Amino acid sequence: MMGQGRLAAWGIGLAALVALPFVYRDPYHLHILVLILIWSFAYTSWSMMGRFGLVSLGHGGFMGIGAYVTALLWNHLGLSPWIGIPISMAAAGTLALIVGYPCFRFRITGHYFVLVTLALSGIVLQVITATRDYTGGSLGYTPNRASGNRLLALQFDDKTTWYLIALAVWLFGIVVWHWVDRSMARYALEAISEDEDAAAAAGVDVTAEKLKITLLSALMTALAGAIYCQYQMFITPDTVSGIAVSLQMVFAAIVGGLFVSLGPTVGAIITILLAETLRIGFGTKAVGWDNLVYGVLLVLFIIFLPKGILGSLLDRLKPQRKVSRAHEQEAVQIVRPGA
Amino acid sequence: MGMQAFLDIFDIYLLEAVINGILLGGVLALLALGLNLIFGVIDVTWICYAELVMIGMYAMYFMVQYYGVSYFVAAPFTILLVAVLGAALHYLVIAPLLTAPPINQLLATGGVLFVLQSFATVAFGIDFRNLGIRLPVLAFGDMNFSYARLLSFVAALFGMVAVYLFMTRTFTGTAIRAISQDRQIMALMGVDTKRIYLITSALGGALAGLAACLLVLQYDVHPFVGLSFGPITFLICVLGGLGNFIGGFIAAFVFAEIISLGGLFSDLEWGYVLAFAFFIVMMFIRPAGLLARRR
Repeated sequence: MMGQGRLAAWGIGLAALVALPFVYRDPYHLHILVLILIWSFAYTSWSMMGRFGLVSLGHGGFMGIGAYVTALLWNHLGLSPWIGIPISMAAAGTLALIVGYPCFRFRITGHYFVLVTLALSGIVLQVITATRDYTGGSLGYTPNRASGNRLLALQFDDKTTWYLIALAVWLFGIVVWHWVDRSMARYALEAISEDEDAAAAAGVDVTAEKLKITLLSALMTALAGAIYCQYQMFITPDTVSGIAVSLQMVFAAIVGGLFVSLGPTVGAIITILLAETLRIGFGTKAVGWDNLVYGVLLVLFIIFLPKGILGSLLDRLKPQRKVSRAHEQEAVQIVRPGA
Repeated sequence: MGMQAFLDIFDIYLLEAVINGILLGGVLALLALGLNLIFGVIDVTWICYAELVMIGMYAMYFMVQYYGVSYFVAAPFTILLVAVLGAALHYLVIAPLLTAPPINQLLATGGVLFVLQSFATVAFGIDFRNLGIRLPVLAFGDMNFSYARLLSFVAALFGMVAVYLFMTRTFTGTAIRAISQDRQIMALMGVDTKRIYLITSALGGALAGLAACLLVLQYDVHPFVGLSFGPITFLICVLGGLGNFIGGFIAAFVFAEIISLGGLFSDLEWGYVLAFAFFIVMMFIRPAGLLARRR
């Protein structure tokens, strides 16, 4: 349970975050903050599944659907994002259920699950590229500028408004994370991630529990995609969908820490600041360099710091933590290979 | 145009698509074999497998286009290069993670995917490049087949037969098969698993290299080319049953036919979408893979 001190810390931190754009107005820095908040929300959404051992590489697909469906409905049917975003979320959720149900019902786990979801995000990318007559293909897509009501079109020019929207969405993600963390579903999912058969024997409806968290995670990821699209007003298949985006989510969540609520946020701060620093440092030659450094760091992190920066720090601060869960422990070594 | 004439033309196209599907299936089967081999023996999935192929395609491009090396001289060097890359991938990334949770190994190869893609972007730029070799088109009746595809198909079959002979006729091959059956016991039997893992990784890399030599004949190379056939390779391996060589072989041809016939009616991308839809349906029918024994 949250102590008084922690609650107070959250309150002060939030008040500071809300007050920030009214005190500090540098548009570039605000832009970076908005990006960090939106991506933090996306990474948090991914980690809701990832923390229970459900490693999905299909979230690039859900994000792409969120962004593209919202923009397509607005441009072609003139449907306000206020209606378009729920529709896009429903589309992503439906896809998640269609792919998730057979996976969970027939016990497709581990490698198999990763590969199936990986293919899912690859396919969404292919569809966006294939329907280039509508989506602009790999050249990208721009929602039409609103001529009338800005609020109705969810298009704003000033960074402060967007900062507050992104902050609200991010906070919503953190609240949902804590809500899941305190729910019965968490214990069910932890039991499942440790031993599916044992959990089923203990009365946990494995398929239903997994589907619920997958649906929640997919809906939130689609929302992140839609918000990103409304903010940037330009999307390409490569920036919102596909395997690269999925891996980016995994990477950030792992760098920050998968098992703590602010881990994905820390991951987003680190990765986006890194990308921006590299971009400024290398100038126009930066294309590719940021991902090169990303990739090397990802490999190094998985080898040397699998609990992430925040996770490892918290472990260091609290040495007598409860026994770690099975999926957090290192696998028991039976035979040393080559010995 | 009369209905009969329409049907005649349609049939020719259909037959052409079916045969093109078989030809495509050869290369897909080769890719699936490499991935299955790594999975069956080392129990790890290389997400970056298609990116190894991409590096091989660049190697072919530079040797043939830049340095004027003949295609058939460049091919063995490319296969060797990607084999070394495969061994290095195992030595540097997989070996330190052998006792870590399997998901970590998989994600680490995801990091390598990033590294290879962005390395290619940084080093070679994002331009599409092709070999500039235009092999003739083979006309057979009213149907047209590209020589490149025919050559790929034959070479892929040769590659697979070579792997089969290596696995069944040599001591190392036998050790590899034994390890894939029981990872723990073989170490006790005095087999040097470290060495076998390294050889298997090099072999998997070599297969990726061979696929690169064949794919570069048909497709332009660019840093993201791996994304266009990587996902389909994973689907093939899952449908065939990960680590199941024969299942992967059959699944490769099934998928190639779907892609080829789907592409007949519309773009190639829609063929991929059809293949994915088929895959989802198959998961309901045969969740443990095409050739899995019913429980």
